[in-house]
Amino acid sequence: MNVMEALEKEQMRGDIPGFRPGDTVKVHVKIKEGEKERIQVFQGVVIRKRRGNTGATFTVRKVSYGIGVERIFPLHSPIIDKIEIITRGRVRRARLYYLRNLRGKAARIKEKRF
Amino acid sequence: MVNKLFGKKLGMTSYFLEDGGSVPVTVLEVGPCVVIQKKIRERAGYDALQMGYGSKKESRVNKPLKGQFKNAGGRFFTTLREIRVDDPDAFELGQEIKSDIFKIGELVNVRGLSKGRGFSGVMKRWGFSGGKKTHGSRSHRIPGSIGCSATPGKVAKGKKLPGRMGYQHVTTKNLKVVDVRPEMDLILVKGAVPGAPNTFLEIWKSRVGV
Repeated sequence: MNVMEALEKEQMRGDIPGFRPGDTVKVHVKIKEGEKERIQVFQGVVIRKRRGNTGATFTVRKVSYGIGVERIFPLHSPIIDKIEIITRGRVRRARLYYLRNLRGKAARIKEKRF
Repeated sequence: MVNKLFGKKLGMTSYFLEDGGSVPVTVLEVGPCVVIQKKIRERAGYDALQMGYGSKKESRVNKPLKGQFKNAGGRFFTTLREIRVDDPDAFELGQEIKSDIFKIGELVNVRGLSKGRGFSGVMKRWGFSGGKKTHGSRSHRIPGSIGCSATPGKVAKGKKLPGRMGYQHVTTKNLKVVDVRPEMDLILVKGAVPGAPNTFLEIWKSRVGV
């Protein structure tokens, strides 16, 4: 399996910062419009990380004009320009699906204290 | 021109394209295959090349084959297969043919031995819908009626019934080549290929769109 591992390694990006569910991140996404390429920022809370080599993904949730929006990004996808960590959240579980049922003040996440 | 080579399946993974898309790919180790013998029309009745694939220790090769391998460069192979070519004299004994005969974007066909499933029922083997799972039903995975009564008094030939499944040669046609790496003897094709990892495969160019 060494060849397979090497192939997957080569596909994976080394520049992804270590973030966890509960963290608020800014994902800079490259978007192609015809010939032009521009960068769009998607900011929200990471509610899930799925492990895997090239298949790893993470889900970012934000509330936009009162409507919850979730976007699933492949962690190693070349469309991601960069990921910025805004805050580190203190959460007690790995999958924050309970945020979907909460709104406003209740949907806040406490910041981690170091 | 050679348009067929031998190799083995290494496994599946996902592959990111430059535009950001992700495709499921099968990684195939293709070649290197070495010309062992030329079959020429005057002597054999057809034009072909005998190719060797997969290395073997010298002590594991019998004497007659050893002679042939020595004529073709002195490497020892596990598998010998023929490839039809138009002009065998354009090749030399011992010439190595690598995976770079395939180009990115081409379509290829892949043939291999599928995974053996043993004695399988009709739902798995033929895709029958089976019976009800509940509501008092006792016929869950059985085939149901397999024919008529006294006329004709026998089961129709070729009736789909349980039996041995898999471990057959299966061809998957028109898989797109996503990447070629001659330095690692690899090609990546989009989609699945018959068999388990390490299955011996024949890979040849598709005629679609040529």
